[in-house]
Amino acid sequence: MLAPLSWLKDYVEIDVSPKELEEKLFSAGFEVEEVKEIGKDISGVVVGLVETCEKIPDTHISVCTVNCGEKGSFQICCGADNVRVGKKFPAALVGATVYATAKDHVTVEGVMTIKAGKLRGQESCGMLCSGVELGLSEEMYPGAGYMGLLELPDDAPVGADIKPLVGLDEVVFDVAITANRPDCQSIIGLAREVAAVLKKPFCLPDLSYTENGETLPFTIRVEAPDLCPRYIGHAVKNVRIAPSPAWMQKRLALVGVSAISNVVDITNYVLKEFGQPMHAFDRRDLKDDCIIVRRAKEGEVIVTLDEKEFSLKSDHLVICDRSRPVALAGIMGGLNSEIKDDTTEVMLEAAKFARDSIRKTGRSLGQASDSSARFEKGVDEYSTVMGMKRALHLVEKLGAGTVTSYHCEVAVNPAVESRPLSVSLKKINALLGVEVPEEEVMRHLSALGFEPSIAGDTLSVLVPPYRDDIDNSAADLAEEIIRSWGYENIRPRFLDLARVTAGGRTEEQKKEYKLKQTLCRLGFYESIFYSFFSPKDLDLIRLPEDAPERRAIRLMNPLTEDLSLMRTTLTPSMINAAVRNLRRGNTEGRFFELARIFRAKSLPLTEYPEERQTLCIGAFGDSESFFTLKSAPEAIADAFGIRFTYRKATRPHLHGGMTAEILCDGEVIGVMGRLSYEICEELSVEKPVFLLEMDFAALSPKLDRKLRYAPISRFATVKRDLALVADEALTCGEISEAIRSSCKYLTEVSLFDVYRSENIGQGKKSMAFNLVFTPTDHEFGDDEIEKYVQKILKKLSFLYQITLR
Amino acid sequence: MKEQLSEIRREIEEKIHTFDSSRSLYEFRKIFLDNKEGKISLLMKGLKDVPKEERPAVGKSINEVKEWALSLFEETDREIHKLELERKIASEAVDVTEPAVKTRRGGLHPNTLVQNELIDIFASMGFEIFEGSEIETDYYNFTALNTPEDHPARDMQDTFYLSPGFLLRTQTSAGQIHVMEKSRPPIKILSPGKVFRSDDDATHSPMFSQMEGLVVDRGISVCDLQGMLDLFSQKIFGQGVKTRLRPSYFPFTEPSVEVDVSCFECGGKGCKLCKGTGWIEVLGAGMVNRHVLENCGIDPEEYTGFAFGMGVERIAMLKYGINNIKTLFESDTRFAEQFAD
Repeated sequence: MLAPLSWLKDYVEIDVSPKELEEKLFSAGFEVEEVKEIGKDISGVVVGLVETCEKIPDTHISVCTVNCGEKGSFQICCGADNVRVGKKFPAALVGATVYATAKDHVTVEGVMTIKAGKLRGQESCGMLCSGVELGLSEEMYPGAGYMGLLELPDDAPVGADIKPLVGLDEVVFDVAITANRPDCQSIIGLAREVAAVLKKPFCLPDLSYTENGETLPFTIRVEAPDLCPRYIGHAVKNVRIAPSPAWMQKRLALVGVSAISNVVDITNYVLKEFGQPMHAFDRRDLKDDCIIVRRAKEGEVIVTLDEKEFSLKSDHLVICDRSRPVALAGIMGGLNSEIKDDTTEVMLEAAKFARDSIRKTGRSLGQASDSSARFEKGVDEYSTVMGMKRALHLVEKLGAGTVTSYHCEVAVNPAVESRPLSVSLKKINALLGVEVPEEEVMRHLSALGFEPSIAGDTLSVLVPPYRDDIDNSAADLAEEIIRSWGYENIRPRFLDLARVTAGGRTEEQKKEYKLKQTLCRLGFYESIFYSFFSPKDLDLIRLPEDAPERRAIRLMNPLTEDLSLMRTTLTPSMINAAVRNLRRGNTEGRFFELARIFRAKSLPLTEYPEERQTLCIGAFGDSESFFTLKSAPEAIADAFGIRFTYRKATRPHLHGGMTAEILCDGEVIGVMGRLSYEICEELSVEKPVFLLEMDFAALSPKLDRKLRYAPISRFATVKRDLALVADEALTCGEISEAIRSSCKYLTEVSLFDVYRSENIGQGKKSMAFNLVFTPTDHEFGDDEIEKYVQKILKKLSFLYQITLR
Repeated sequence: MKEQLSEIRREIEEKIHTFDSSRSLYEFRKIFLDNKEGKISLLMKGLKDVPKEERPAVGKSINEVKEWALSLFEETDREIHKLELERKIASEAVDVTEPAVKTRRGGLHPNTLVQNELIDIFASMGFEIFEGSEIETDYYNFTALNTPEDHPARDMQDTFYLSPGFLLRTQTSAGQIHVMEKSRPPIKILSPGKVFRSDDDATHSPMFSQMEGLVVDRGISVCDLQGMLDLFSQKIFGQGVKTRLRPSYFPFTEPSVEVDVSCFECGGKGCKLCKGTGWIEVLGAGMVNRHVLENCGIDPEEYTGFAFGMGVERIAMLKYGINNIKTLFESDTRFAEQFAD
């Protein structure tokens, strides 16, 4: 919210520096986001009286003697067409700073410092300035828009600093207003807060006006009181449309509003000053002298002031005359009833519309205005009443028309008054945790306009009518008191009164923590990717049309199509990360992500979907292989004391010969493999990329192994190596499983070499296994081991025709 | 015999210092001292052919030579071995400034590092860790948190909707309601999690992480809130860090505050990090609004509570000096490696 300090000063005395005021407002909950100092770049410019002025022959330049009072008299050359003897202009003396303009004399090109110099051989000790060179516009100061010198009033004191004279000493605060304080979206509201922080009286603007006694045959009817709890209309006659006075134009310019005409400017002025949006209708255009506030008829059409046409629906609120809409309520007036140069009678409107209705209408039509923005934040009915009064006062003050006695106010709750509220002081103190001295309670609530009184433990206040945020509880008043008294009065303590609780991570969180640690130790880095992905990602991994992953939950309002689906698989994000790294010249990397995938039970969602914790692992680069990736699930299995088995599989996005399903207790819980050549080519990836995705939610219950100690054998373990010749088609897994199941004393079976040669034969391979036998109750002799080995060989021969090499 | 002995002596003395390895010395030693074939051993064996009366004298002189030879070889061998080691050491010398053998390092995401740190702090204070769902209903994300449909606060955060009643949670506070509906005070929970807002620019990401804390019991006040925040700030940002509360607004707390910590970079003097103010905004907090307690069936006349919430990325960025939020979601190896364990 933009608030010029000069405007605030109309209603509260500000006797502190802008910096100090900024700090005080900050601790009361109003953050000044920016302090705009108008004229901060201008310095050393004084009022100069031109005493002599002679044209240099054959040029447009005049040599002037400029009297600058105490500063002295200077010879200044000037090329402007309006330089005259006896007139006063802004004189920038040597060392002064003003804006440098381009050749067009309008475009500002930075700040320049005035130096003494020569023009056409004539000394020039300074510069006479235009409005633009001082950063002024016509609205900020009349005459400043002229392309030549800025002419100053005859009574301007010679030699005086120009800045206060032309309004270059303005300070404008841009204040952030929290959503609970819409009443402060106005100069008045902020002035009240300034008064409270400075403990100064606040005085209301002049609201007086005189009605001419004339009533009109005019009707106002509200047919949708739920969307319009208060509507006020007041008629003005003998209107003379003209520009508004300079002071009003300047104030509007300071808060970013362009001047249009006196009547329209008054409505905007009241919007900024009281936070009350207003509208002015040309009464001629209100058919049958009536205003009806109603929901639009389906398909009804309105053209707003900005000449946009809208076809309306029945939940849009409109202001109508007998037959047609004349305004989109609270958003914008209709073109059919706008104020024109020859308007002579005006119906002024001040109303409160339901903020939700304004917001929904604005959004659905794509139309917005200062008024609608204000209504969406919430307008209080006190401001509606006061705003109308202020507008009528200004009509009279500006001589814009005659205030008639036609006043119509339609309201659901007629009275706009302070509400009495009583709460327990003890409650306030208990919530704050400190005993607030009664005199502080009185002082701060008084300053905020609550008219407090204390009797015993009861604090009674009158809630000001503009404070719709106060909700009849002790907490509301506690908040008002502490923000005014100051949070520095809070004495930190540590849950003195609370009971002790047992805290910590859940079992699930502990498992996840351990999983992450395990992967980190293997050289994997944790990733976090967005929970949403692109429909293209589903195509990227070649998911078939009927794949469950394609039933992804769609965002209704995604930022882009690429972020429009909730992830049903983590793999695409990992592929994209690998590609991104490779394109950036990071030639190898290992990552994992533990995140949720989303499975809808119904689409569109009518119940919570399933959020399944899922693990995705990616490894890319020349040193990676299927088996370096496999070390990840194996490490997880070791960490949690479980076993995974692997079986050859295929997936559309993975290499036909390098893909495996990962099983735990016979259940497929994951897939791993190398990214297919086809996809690599599509993505221009030249390095191998290995991927694994595992259903951690399914795995998790299997990770509940309790650590139990098994007594170690007193007897020595025995190792044997076996070199076997097997058919090429047999897998290590099948052979290991067969070996393992043939002897109960086998505690380890591991492949350590695979060898192929002509000697061994076509279609055959030699596989060397390392076997560990662990005795439980007696020492193993060579004979006994030999017996077990023979048993193993017999089984291998029987099952797979495997021979000893 | 005497001549043979002096010949042996001469032969040994002449050559013994010409060897430079233990192995060649050993070969040379065998010529004389091999049990079977050695010249001295053979002389010893030939003793039986010596006349009986000369045997003791001859035997003695052979033994003398043998003793002499043994100790000479031993001594020489020690010297050679010493030289050999020296040569070996010299040949094995390394350039100690060459790089170490590369080992694999991995690491957690900076968000997780911060989260773990926060979880450890709050778990030690008796907070349970609760993770809610990322997809929420309108009721839990807004309505139950005292943000009815026409409330202006709904505009403060643009929400991703999935269907008319379901949305991506905009705040982890949604989880609070689930906990408070199911449990009775004393309640102390910390909910970390991903949240989503329709915002995407240099400083905003459409997904980020929050960490939300909630305490509900009898007699909880603003003083307890500040006490806890002081403790937390010092643990996260270092001893000596101060907190400052200033009024703010959230629909689900009243009074509501923004919490600033004194700048841990400059100690409050004012620097680039704190934009010259000496303070850094780190979180929002407040006393739980009575309507929120009522919505969960907790009697606000008996119980009060406080809640606080912070952006995990913001803390991580402050703590580690990360300048762009987007880099947190890119998994660039050059980024990740800086957070190796």
